[in-house]
Amino acid sequence: MIAVVKYNAGNIFSVLCALQRLGYEAVLTDDPEMLNKADKVVFPGVGEARAAMEYLNEHGLSDVIRNLKQPVLGICIGMQLLCRHSEESDVDCLGIFDTDIVKFRPSTPDLKVPQMGWNQITDLKTNLLKDVKEGSFVYYVHSYHAPLCDYTIATTDYDGPYSAALHKDNFYATQFHPEKSGSVGEQILKNFLEL
Amino acid sequence: MLAKRIIPCLDVKDGKTVKGVQFVNFRDAGDPVELGKQYSQMGADELVYLDITASHEGRHTFTELVKRIAAEVNIPFTVGGGISELADVERLLSAGADKVSVNSAAVRHPELISEIASRFGCQECVVAIDARLEEDGTWRCYLNGGRIPTSHNLFDWAYEAQERGAGEILFTSMNHDGEKKGFANEALSRLHDLLSIPVIASGGAGTMEHFRDAFTIGHADAALAASVFHFGEIPLSDLKTYLSNEKINIRI
Repeated sequence: MIAVVKYNAGNIFSVLCALQRLGYEAVLTDDPEMLNKADKVVFPGVGEARAAMEYLNEHGLSDVIRNLKQPVLGICIGMQLLCRHSEESDVDCLGIFDTDIVKFRPSTPDLKVPQMGWNQITDLKTNLLKDVKEGSFVYYVHSYHAPLCDYTIATTDYDGPYSAALHKDNFYATQFHPEKSGSVGEQILKNFLEL
Repeated sequence: MLAKRIIPCLDVKDGKTVKGVQFVNFRDAGDPVELGKQYSQMGADELVYLDITASHEGRHTFTELVKRIAAEVNIPFTVGGGISELADVERLLSAGADKVSVNSAAVRHPELISEIASRFGCQECVVAIDARLEEDGTWRCYLNGGRIPTSHNLFDWAYEAQERGAGEILFTSMNHDGEKKGFANEALSRLHDLLSIPVIASGGAGTMEHFRDAFTIGHADAALAASVFHFGEIPLSDLKTYLSNEKINIRI
């Protein structure tokens, strides 16, 4: 069973649809038992870091997510919440990845924030990115990012390189939206589901 | 580097695409979902669906359609048309749309932009502006598909929309729309210099060179077109190859 973490973030429906297109029936849930029991857990979302963390803490989901043992995939804000701290409203996050989320500060006015659209991923590592070509385009919508760190398994360049995806133990995460990234995104979701 | 985006726009009435579509081996040219999937496979970077139905029932049909698009299309899509209040935005986003586009309602109630931005995030709020270059040299904004002139100037309104929390500006030049003589590159370039959010160029696409110019001269972040794609005058995949050869950063 694939569980998708239910919380106060947007765009979760798209993730459910993408999993369904790949032939997987996912359950949207905030029930700790269901999350613990699931074969895979997806932690998606579009939203604001503080509101999301407050919701997770109030609903006792923070510890549940931290202690998951099966493969977990954080997407976009889900990835940022798995990091240590977010500059977005200065909030402490779940701390799986020992790295901080910072805002884009473009060195030229030509670079817009949020970064919105398709950008390339390079230096691809781990089975999450198996059969994905170097330089593939994926879809991004974000104003904050994780700098390169020990957990970086894919890199994107936007006013310098940053972490497109992270991995530590059973936790995987992408800053981009695989559910909106056409066939490349489908390959990445498929890889996760087959981990 | 972030790629420039190519966006086909589909007008939808009572759940069907209205502009004629000429694709070979196409199962149902009138089905917006099939058409969206086709465009996605051909390399569209994003889709815009505009609901041009006026009735209440039509709105319900459109919401059901949005759910089907979300279920079947694997690239981002924006929906617009008939959004007058926050409840409309909520309905469409929860049906699976990635962004909503507001036009007349935003001019009438500019606070709607801030409400969308604070409730759902600025990246989900596209402000669409239809403007015409008047004889006195000013760009005036129009409402209701270009029928009602406003006192707003394009550049002032685009800037205000950004300050209120718009995530993108979709600018349609009424002078260029349907003429197939190229986009309004001068105005686009001014918008680019003025704004810190992305600008989508709309109105005037006739040739592949027009798209190139919208990016190189107009500095647009994305270019939107309807009929050149629907009638197969410019195959999307050819356009992307052309732009890539012209050294425009494009997702191939």
